[in-house]
Amino acid sequence: MAALTKEETEALIQEVLEIYPEQARKDRAKHLAVNDQSLEKSNKCITSNRKSLPGTMTIRGCAYAGSKGVVWGPIKDMIHISHGPVGCGQYSRAGRRNYYVGTTGVNAFGTRNFTSDFQEKDIVFGGDKKLAKIMTEIEALFPLHKGISIQSECPIGLIGDDIEAVAKKANKEIGKPVVPVRCEGFRGVSQSLGHHIANDAIRDWVLENRDGDDSFPTTPYDVAVIGDYNIGGDAWASRTLLEEMGLRVVAQWSGDGTIAEMEKTPKVKLNLIHCYRSMNYIARHMEEKYKIPWIEYNFFGPTKIAESLRKIAALFDETIQAGAERVIAKYQAEYEAVIAKYKPRLQGKRVMLYVGGLRPRHVIGAYEDLGMEVVGTGYEFGHNDDYDRTIKEMGNATLIYDDVTGYEFEEFVKRVKPDLIGSGIKEKYIFQKMGIPFRQMHSWDYSGPYHGYDGFAIFARDMDMTLNNPCWKQVNVPWKTADSSKVAVAAGA
Amino acid sequence: MARLRQCAIYGKGGIGKSTTTQNLVSALAELGNKVMIVGCDPKADSTRLILHAKAQTTIMSLAAEAGSVEDLELEDVLKVGYRDIKCVESGGPEPGVGCAGRGVITAINFLEEEGAYDDELDFVFYDVLGDVVCGGFAMPIRENKAQEIYIVCSGEMMAMYAANNIAKGIVKYANSGSVRLAGLICNSRETAREDELISALAAKIGTTMIHFVPRDNVVQRAEIRRMTVIEYEPGHKQAQEYRDLAMKIRDNKNFIIPTPITMDELEELMMEFGIIDQEDESIIGKTAAAEAAAA
Repeated sequence: MAALTKEETEALIQEVLEIYPEQARKDRAKHLAVNDQSLEKSNKCITSNRKSLPGTMTIRGCAYAGSKGVVWGPIKDMIHISHGPVGCGQYSRAGRRNYYVGTTGVNAFGTRNFTSDFQEKDIVFGGDKKLAKIMTEIEALFPLHKGISIQSECPIGLIGDDIEAVAKKANKEIGKPVVPVRCEGFRGVSQSLGHHIANDAIRDWVLENRDGDDSFPTTPYDVAVIGDYNIGGDAWASRTLLEEMGLRVVAQWSGDGTIAEMEKTPKVKLNLIHCYRSMNYIARHMEEKYKIPWIEYNFFGPTKIAESLRKIAALFDETIQAGAERVIAKYQAEYEAVIAKYKPRLQGKRVMLYVGGLRPRHVIGAYEDLGMEVVGTGYEFGHNDDYDRTIKEMGNATLIYDDVTGYEFEEFVKRVKPDLIGSGIKEKYIFQKMGIPFRQMHSWDYSGPYHGYDGFAIFARDMDMTLNNPCWKQVNVPWKTADSSKVAVAAGA
Repeated sequence: MARLRQCAIYGKGGIGKSTTTQNLVSALAELGNKVMIVGCDPKADSTRLILHAKAQTTIMSLAAEAGSVEDLELEDVLKVGYRDIKCVESGGPEPGVGCAGRGVITAINFLEEEGAYDDELDFVFYDVLGDVVCGGFAMPIRENKAQEIYIVCSGEMMAMYAANNIAKGIVKYANSGSVRLAGLICNSRETAREDELISALAAKIGTTMIHFVPRDNVVQRAEIRRMTVIEYEPGHKQAQEYRDLAMKIRDNKNFIIPTPITMDELEELMMEFGIIDQEDESIIGKTAAAEAAAA
């Protein structure tokens, strides 16, 4: 199907909005836009980070999800207490595939659920005493843990527990960092505020821990990788490239990360930000307080990888710049072989995305490397600075949708007829039942890594095996196909 | 047996809700009624005059000890005192921690599930914390709980403000359920023309002053002994006042959806009775020093 023109896309948005009551239509209209690369600022065309409308099937999460699930949870050598009733921790446990090295339950705790398991009496009498007791028990049962974070669930904010006081006291008693995080789920409009709150907790309770301590030997090539959650091993596939070009990765947040790495981050020369949405706050803080510059980078697909490696290298000396060229050259044959193999099978295929923090824009380049085109994209919980960064990545007249509703997404797909959709588990089966190839772009559909040159090979293979899977030819039921005589013969045989 | 009547007593903190309730309940018991008091205040001082106790062990503190409220039996929490009056206290946290409102909800749910509201009872009285600060303290007036609300007040300005505010809260639940305002009980502070003033206020919000309870030191004397006046000195004229109140409540049929008045109307009423002066706009926000300088 030919690409929609600007007018056609505008008409499509109007048509989809038609079904809403007047107030909802007015509200949703602000969240849907036709991309125009000439715009410098997205606020000319789209509104974001606003409260979702009730009844529209938003896909968003909560502040607790943003803090516990995204920012803090992957710090592997800390124990993260889901403070409140059992469900929040238990039903989000081990779901995000943040890979780590370590022995779970001994010196790493990533996939375990620690919770204060609130009962009625804890609500009525407060949970502070129970929380203090949990800290003591953790210290006795898991002595190799390196710190504790307290991830507040909704009731904590309602009953006004003083978790900061408990944290300070426990910190004195066990001699390890104890971080209270006020990420009650009802705060804010999405998980985005949870990222911000979690960043603030890192700022207030972690980063200063080694101020004035210069015992850590530094080099001019020290960097920190921030905002890579090592989903399916992404951070590992990224880190090797940085190390091969001569940089020393001192800290990696938070996928496969440790509290010691976080504490050492103020000593680095440059912060590399992968997920801008969830970690820009702490990067800005370190820039202000420790004068550490930061840049965003993108390790999806060879074009963006080379671009990013050169951009990073430009901030260092010639050794590193030569290193970047060496790395690009080293992998050239490898990624060209990947493109040679898969591009003919994927060329011209059109993709619609709807994901979280950075992927709605970061993966566009990887698809383009394979000859594919992203014709629609949107963020669950993005802000306008995310859309600012998206406008230039997307083609003119493509669709942009913020906090898309279940109805809008389905209608857009019916009209745009993409060859592939990349979104989350809640969307997957709806679109597969509509007969459209689908990849989960939060969890990589239990595959990965997708970052780096290694990841690109897997990304290309996964897209091919999904898109060109023979099953899609079987989706139409025999009695509805024009040529039903053959089916009858086959059935009779 | 007549239908069980469930009544809730609200009013400004310190107005004398618990004392009035216990004396009233004792008088009702004296008249042959079977009564239960449910204290809905973390202070747990709603039943001490009936039980001659310092403070009854509460549902929530026992539940915390046992692990959860499901581990409790009714007889653990229900005590019987003067003239077989049944007493329970919801209990709750010390000030500044946890959620007292949730304690009230949990405790009342427990009483219902355990069958505390048995067929023998004629009256249940809920003695509720001074201010309806959250949904928990409105629990006694939600559907299928108290249908009659009595507001204890006096001729003091803040007590009347509180009474009017409580009436506003009742409107919300009255519109969606069967709860009704049943009257104001004036617990006298001996302010000027107090009975007329409270009667006027009651008329404005659509109800009546059901009884004027005069001030008498015998109440304090009885309280020191952890007793009601009814029990301590049954022949005293104050005991008769509580009996009158009890009979009026027993015979009360005047249950209404209140029509709370605006702040301006309330202030007008108070001005009329000389409780407050005509507002002088020129003094608003002026410190004593500024006034002295101007003079």
